[in-house]
This record gives sequence, structure tokens and C-alpha cells, in this order.
Amino acid sequence: MINMVLLMLLLASVYAIIRLDRLLTAVLLTSLFSVLVASIFMVLDAVDVAFTEAAVGAGVSTIFFLAALAIVGRQCKPTPRRKIIAPLIVVSATGCVLLYASLDMPRFGEPLAPVHQHVAPRYLNDSAAEVGPPNIVTSVLASYRGYDTFGEVGVVFTAFIGVLMLLGAGTRRTSIEPPTPTGAPKESMRKKVVLKEVADLVIAPVLIFALYVQWHGDFGPGGGFQAGVIFASGIFLYALIYGIEPAQRLLPPRRLAYFPAIGLLLYAAVGIISMLRGGNFLNYSVLVNDPLHGQHYGILAIELGVGITVAAVMINIFFSFSERSL
Amino acid sequence: MMYAVTTVAILICIGMAMARAFLGPSIYDRILAINSAGTCIVLFLSVLGFLMGRPDFLDIALTYALINFTGTIAILKFFKYGSLGVSDPAAPPKTKVE
Amino acid sequence: MALLLDIVSWITLMIGSFFCITAGVGLLRMPDVYTRAHAGGMIDSMGAGMIFFGLLLQAPDYLIAIKLVFTFFFLLVTSLASIHALAQTVNVAGVNPKLANIVNRLEKNRQKESPPSN
Repeated sequence: MINMVLLMLLLASVYAIIRLDRLLTAVLLTSLFSVLVASIFMVLDAVDVAFTEAAVGAGVSTIFFLAALAIVGRQCKPTPRRKIIAPLIVVSATGCVLLYASLDMPRFGEPLAPVHQHVAPRYLNDSAAEVGPPNIVTSVLASYRGYDTFGEVGVVFTAFIGVLMLLGAGTRRTSIEPPTPTGAPKESMRKKVVLKEVADLVIAPVLIFALYVQWHGDFGPGGGFQAGVIFASGIFLYALIYGIEPAQRLLPPRRLAYFPAIGLLLYAAVGIISMLRGGNFLNYSVLVNDPLHGQHYGILAIELGVGITVAAVMINIFFSFSERSL
Repeated sequence: MMYAVTTVAILICIGMAMARAFLGPSIYDRILAINSAGTCIVLFLSVLGFLMGRPDFLDIALTYALINFTGTIAILKFFKYGSLGVSDPAAPPKTKVE
Repeated sequence: MALLLDIVSWITLMIGSFFCITAGVGLLRMPDVYTRAHAGGMIDSMGAGMIFFGLLLQAPDYLIAIKLVFTFFFLLVTSLASIHALAQTVNVAGVNPKLANIVNRLEKNRQKESPPSN
């Protein structure tokens, strides 16, 4: 019931996004779309995914969209009608194929579906004895599927390299004067008082909450990805309120550029250490004498690596976009 | 039961706020409506946690309450200056003066 | 005691729901962005306040109660601040409230009807 209502709202927002030609409005509605998706994930009991979607989709990606819009401009050109036809055919065909494929999928929530038969029972039954953390998602993500998560962090790092090569982060000092704000400067100063006070009140709790999510990921929803994004959005808030330069004085981009690599290397180092102690790559059980403690330390260390990489990549990308658009 | 009734009320409110976001003649109306819809969704997530008997869900509500602010500030700043990186005149003075 | 808490929760949650729906109607039906901002602020203050208070009475343990209080606090502070910033941006952009004209007109009418005696 709640699902249906949320899906209807989701469809409505998608329709509105497609129909609007003003990109800024589309970005706004995209953030709304993300948080609706997060709500649906939550109704489906996928708390960790909902967490990621709420943090990434609603917060960070909105800001990145805006930063990109600052470079490319706000209006999209109307497409001539005859240019629509070929893409329309491709999209419809793909949609039909996907619909046809979905006929073969098991019914929603079917207990006999392959995904519930293969490894899921082992995760659900044995993870408490084998890995330890009460949050099974964390133990699957960080321990059973440690290679996959390593790959994901590698993807995030690669994206960072790509953005760095495209935009040239941190190397170019801005020589162009920033555009003068539309309002009179005096008024702008007076007006920002409320926002500044509120931001001062909020930034520190955001950062602390990020650390809580980081270290509490074993017991509740959360983990390195979410914590990194929340930490980064705290820094974004500072940069938005006080301007990019104070934020860059706080976190010099030149030094910040090392941190994505540090996080990834920390992750890899845990794997190497477990190899040196006679186990497989990323087998945390051999890290210390007690296997469960080893799993716990290993998960904490790699979550820290993930968090560092994600936060540093997000902040770096934000800085390079904002410098570019000045 | 009380959670269910509250959930329905909040969903209606989300629907109305989204209708305003789609209709909104000016961009300000849309920003306002999406801010309100975000607040409603925070309420919805909190109540949903209680409705489904898993109040851990509050973490997500808290996250979104904090992140919604960043998003709205970014939108307002973009709207006013056309870019996100502009330093505010009230910010501490630059170290390097040209 | 539990019954009493339940009753109080019912009442506050219903008041909160009422305010949410009222604010939704306000968002849809109010004539311009300033009055809509008023309606939107009502969700944050009364709606969220009442609903979170109702939930707080039902919180099973302290961690959840603390999280509820924090969520409410940050929601109140940040959302109202962003509505404030929005209203000020609108004001600087030069949009005049529609109702201001009505007030001016009413005052003019009143002055016409009863000119000040001294």
C-alpha cells in the first residue's frame, strides 16, 4: 500500500523531470526522486541501501549536478522533433526487451528465487559465528564480499582520477575575478547571519554523525561509503556558506589529493597483512589470534579506508568543479 | 494504528507538496515545495521506523534532515551567484591579495 | 501509565497530522511564495514537533529517544533557516508579496472612509 503510493509519486516526479526543459528544476526534482527511492528501499527493509541513496542521491549528487550546471548553463536546447525518432526507437526496444526479461524473473518476494537459495542462507545463518557484526549487511559487504568492495573503492578512485584529468583539480589557481553578487554587498553580509549561525551549529554535528556512522556500521545501518559522503557534505556546507577559499585553506587540495590513494592503500594493506600472516588476501581471521577479533579489526580498518577514499574523492571533485566554474 | 494514520497524513502532505513542486510557477515555489517535501519525508521515515517496529531507521531520517539543508543552501547559492564556489564578502579575508 | 502515554501519543500524532495536511493544503492553495513559505514552515514547526513528541513518548530506549530529539532539533533549525534564506532571496530578487497590495488598498480605503480628524 505504502509502496504503491510511493511508486506513484516516483512516476509523477519522473514525468515532471522529463517534461521540464529548465535544468535547474530538473535537478531539484532529481533530488526529490532520490529521496523517494530511498523511502521505497526503506519500506523494502533495505536500510543500508536506503542510507546510501539518501546520502548520495539526495545530497551529494544534487550538489554535483549544480556544480556541473554552473559550467554548462541552465537551459537545455529544445530538440527538433525529427531527431527524437531514432533514440525513441532504441529506448522503446530496450524497454520491451527489459519487460520481456522481467517476465522470467521470480515473483517479488518469492522465497524460492535463486537469490535466496544460493549463498544467502549461509550469510544469514552463519555470519554471526564466522564474522561477528550484528549487521549482516556489513559482514557481507566487508568480509564475505571484500573483493567486490575493494573493486568498488577502486572504481571510486578511478572516477576521481578521471575527473582530475578532465578538470585539472588543484593545480590551477583562479585568476579570474569572481562575478559580483547581484545584491549589494552590505545587504548580503547582513542576510547571511542566520545561515552562518545555523551552519556553525550544524557542521560539527554533521561531522560527528559521519564518524558515528563510520564506527557504528557494524551494529546498525551505515559504513564507510555513507560516512564518507556525510563527512563530505559537512565540508560542502562549510564551503557553500563561507566560500571555497576558506574551505581550501582548511583542506589544501594539494594535500587532499593524496587521501583517496591513502584510503585505497589502507584497504589493500589489510589484505597484504593478512597474506603475510598466512591467510588469503583480505582474510581477516588471521590478523590476530582470535578469528572473530581479527574479522572485527579487519572490517573496521577497511571501512576506514573506504570512508577516507569516498570523503576525499567527493571533496576533491567538489573543489575542482567549483574552481572551474569561478 | 496511530502510526498508520499519521503515515497516511504525511503521505498526503508529500503528495500536495510535490504537486506544488510540479506546478510551481516560479523556481522559488519549487525550491520551497521540495524543501517541505523533504521535511515530510523525514517525518515519514521516522514514523515508518515505528510503524515497522524497527526504529533504527531514524539514522536515515537524521541523515536526510542534515543533508537536505546542504542541498537547499547549494541551490539557493547557485541561484543567486550562478556558481557554488564564490566566496562570501563576509568570509575571513583572503591570504593572498592581488 | 502505558495507556496514558498511548493516549497522549494519539493526541499529539493526530494534531501533527492535522497540521501536516493543513500545511499541504496551504502549499497548494496560497497565492504567492511568501504565504506558501508560511505554510511550509508549519510542517517543520508544528507538524514535526507534534509528531516527534508523539514518537518520543513511544521510544523503546534512550538511544532512539536521543536520536528523535536530535532529528527534530536539526530539522527545525535547518529547514526553517533554509525557508528564511529562500524568503530573503525572493525578497532581494524583487518579488513583491501579493497580499501587501491588498493591505495597502484596504488601508487606503479605510483612510478614504474615515479621514483622520486631527
